[in-house]
Amino acid sequence: MGDIVPVDYETLRLIWWLLLGVLLIGFAIMDGFDLGIGALLPFVAKTDEERRVVINVVGPVWEGNQVWLILGGGAIFAAFPMLYAVSFSGLYLAMMVILIALILRPVGFKYRSKIGDPGWRSTWDIVLCIAGLVPALILGVAVGNVLLGLPFELDDTLRTFYRGNFFQLLTPYALLAGLVSLAMLVMHGAAVLMWKTDGVIAERARGFGRQAAIATLVLFAVAGAWTAYGIEGHVLTSAVNTTGPSNPLGKTVTLATGAWLNNYQTYPWMMAAPILGFAGALLALVGFVIRRPAFTFLASAVAIFGIISTAGVSLFPFLLPSSINPGTGLTLWDASSSKLTLWVMLLATCFFLPIVLAYTAFIYRVMRGKVTTVSMDKNPNAY
Amino acid sequence: MIDIDVVTLSRLQFAATAMYHFLFVPLTLGLSFLMAIMESVYVMTGREIWRRMTLFWGTCFGINFAMGVATGVVMEFQFGMNWSYYSHYVGDIFGAPLAIEGLMAFFLEASFIGLFFFGWDRMSKVGHLCVTWLVAFGANFSALWILVANGWMQHPVGAVFNPDTMRMEITDFMSVVFNPVAQAKFVHTVSAGYVTGAMFVMSVSAWYLLRGRHTEFAKRSMAVAASFGLAAALSVVVLGDESGYVTTENQKMKVAAMEAMWHTEPAPAALNVIAFPNMEKQENSFAISVPYLLGIIGTRSLTTELPGIVNLVQSAETRVRDGIEAYKALQVVRANPGDTAAREVFSEKWPNLGYGLLVKQIRPDIQNATEAEITQAAKSTIPNVPVIFWSFRLMVGLGFYFIGFFAAAFWVASRHKLGEQRWTLWLALFSLPLPWVAIEAGWLLAEYGRQPWAIEGVLPTFYAASGLTFVDLIISLTIFLVIYSVLAVIEVILMVKTIKKGPPEHDPLQQAEAGSAVLPATAAAGPKL
Repeated sequence: MGDIVPVDYETLRLIWWLLLGVLLIGFAIMDGFDLGIGALLPFVAKTDEERRVVINVVGPVWEGNQVWLILGGGAIFAAFPMLYAVSFSGLYLAMMVILIALILRPVGFKYRSKIGDPGWRSTWDIVLCIAGLVPALILGVAVGNVLLGLPFELDDTLRTFYRGNFFQLLTPYALLAGLVSLAMLVMHGAAVLMWKTDGVIAERARGFGRQAAIATLVLFAVAGAWTAYGIEGHVLTSAVNTTGPSNPLGKTVTLATGAWLNNYQTYPWMMAAPILGFAGALLALVGFVIRRPAFTFLASAVAIFGIISTAGVSLFPFLLPSSINPGTGLTLWDASSSKLTLWVMLLATCFFLPIVLAYTAFIYRVMRGKVTTVSMDKNPNAY
Repeated sequence: MIDIDVVTLSRLQFAATAMYHFLFVPLTLGLSFLMAIMESVYVMTGREIWRRMTLFWGTCFGINFAMGVATGVVMEFQFGMNWSYYSHYVGDIFGAPLAIEGLMAFFLEASFIGLFFFGWDRMSKVGHLCVTWLVAFGANFSALWILVANGWMQHPVGAVFNPDTMRMEITDFMSVVFNPVAQAKFVHTVSAGYVTGAMFVMSVSAWYLLRGRHTEFAKRSMAVAASFGLAAALSVVVLGDESGYVTTENQKMKVAAMEAMWHTEPAPAALNVIAFPNMEKQENSFAISVPYLLGIIGTRSLTTELPGIVNLVQSAETRVRDGIEAYKALQVVRANPGDTAAREVFSEKWPNLGYGLLVKQIRPDIQNATEAEITQAAKSTIPNVPVIFWSFRLMVGLGFYFIGFFAAAFWVASRHKLGEQRWTLWLALFSLPLPWVAIEAGWLLAEYGRQPWAIEGVLPTFYAASGLTFVDLIISLTIFLVIYSVLAVIEVILMVKTIKKGPPEHDPLQQAEAGSAVLPATAAAGPKL
């Protein structure tokens, strides 16, 4: 039934690889500022009233933002089922940690303001801070581990076996990747706070934003150097059938230090990704200094785009390399869904994603303006 | 190779988190429409009491919705975390509805819910009403796609096994979407949600009337809930029957277990009203039955036979044998992809491959299975008959109770006599948990009744699990147990607190508009509801 699809399998796989990037970047830009703001909460806001202002910045939009993550998960499941199966089960306890945060965060936003008791509220403030900080860190640690290769292999029935544990994920390189992610999202959250609040909160956010932007620049550069000189990249050495059935077995892969940078020689245009990462963070730093909130937000979004794209294009064509049996590592050519599923999902995405973006823009427009004590008091539903 | 303890704990965890998630979903489905109806009345009549009603039930909705979102993320991730072979084996079909659910439905619901709460003073009346309706439609579309995915687990249509990728692959997307099981389940499930929402409004309002508080508010809320609830209760039973009828065509074993019918009877079969099924002896140790009834309901004919459990096990035995043949052919194809003879055998026999895999629970080299092992595998297709039988009766009994309850409430409401008889208010109050009981029973029937299959006839549950360790599962189960218990307590406390405080006597929006102009900002600050 694949013959009714007017696009060839190779193109579809490539489109879905790009779309996966778009969705993950969408998540990092939209839900990422929620996480960053959560992590900053106790530091940029000291009194209960200040904290309510910060929470009400996220208040009207956290539900929608969180769907980016859910959609990201669903899209990986639908477009690259093997990637979903191997990574989610292999990283079981790391996923549990993220899940705890994702369970407590919505509840924290919603429940904190329902009871006035200071103990109750400060408890939720800590929960919200940790629930922002931890996923921001762990998601980066996960990306670091993907670059290092995960210790998994597949048997002939394509059942996955994971030979590692949670603590083995916390290697220095992976933790560095985690810090890049944390710095980047804190920078982004600070940009939103500078935009949506005024007075002392905006000023504090500006200070943290500056530091986070500098940290992002430095950490991203160190991670780049480490990737070039310190860790082994995977190179596909057997012939690739980009239109064959999805079967990750039977290929040969060699490892070489710095090989994750090979793509930048083969496809020089890919250099755009790290350049945008650095340029975005640098411009965000400038934006924080010269107090231009909208500009800072855009620059920080560009930085996120660049940094996540850098990880994606460095890995290309790999999605999930295997450290213990490199030949069973997953690539976008051998871990995708069938042609028909990719096509149907592409149609659905082309139809619905613009609609989603349109109403998201509409909602942000309706909610435009700064969040202040006065604007909160006007709304009996404010957190 | 497959650790059965890990499988058992994975099943327990999935069941617990799914049942917990489904405490919140039905109320979201029902309350969203009730809020939309109330706000519509407000916009049409301009009477502010209807806005206060929307705001108050909206606050309850919000408390509930946060838990629904929090526990829903867990559901989507658990397929990959705990059921990785499942995710690989059927992800090509199963992933698509989940992703489309996010794109089309959950995004809509979750994006506009923020505007529902925060947009009152920023939008026109009609604009805000549209937002509320979009939330309600988003919630219901969400249920549609989830049940398309679930319907496929019950009745896997439009897909074929591909030996080159070792998984099921989609052949006909439209037949997955318009799967009759999915469609029947969708309407049945959302109707159950409407009943839940209506019962919630009825019970809380009844409590106000018993206390003599907020009477105007409570009576209006009850009138809306009574009519909405009656329509929903009728629909849930009628469409539940449709769902059952579709099941008799696709999941004969589930129907036989649901009715504790061990042996095929001459058509039309008798219906066991009460029975004590004995799994060991494969008979009912006691039963009260009504002649002909089951045949008529189940097949909608007088001449079609319904197969009994023992007879179904016999046909399962044939399918296990065929499945072993399919497995052997698959091994040959995997070793030598160019072997066209083996491919032909496989393409003829693959629909029974899942039955062959049932033997994996007994021995890994299933091609060498003995006669006794084949019989044992076939017998493993029997679900837990007593649990299925009784949960079905609990659900149906409550369904009829809801029709009676809402019909009576509707009659009283239409004669403007709400709250005159106190015992009816007590009845409404104590009926509060019943929709949840019925829904969880229905869930048990649908999913526990599907066992031993993850995907009916295609993939056994034990074969679908991830290769996790016992310790992994103990850690995750403990985390869920602790967090979910604490949150359940907090949710109930906040809900009770909100209800006790009751709806505002005056429109808080107008007050806020007037108040913020006069009062200094700090005076109006403080705990907000």
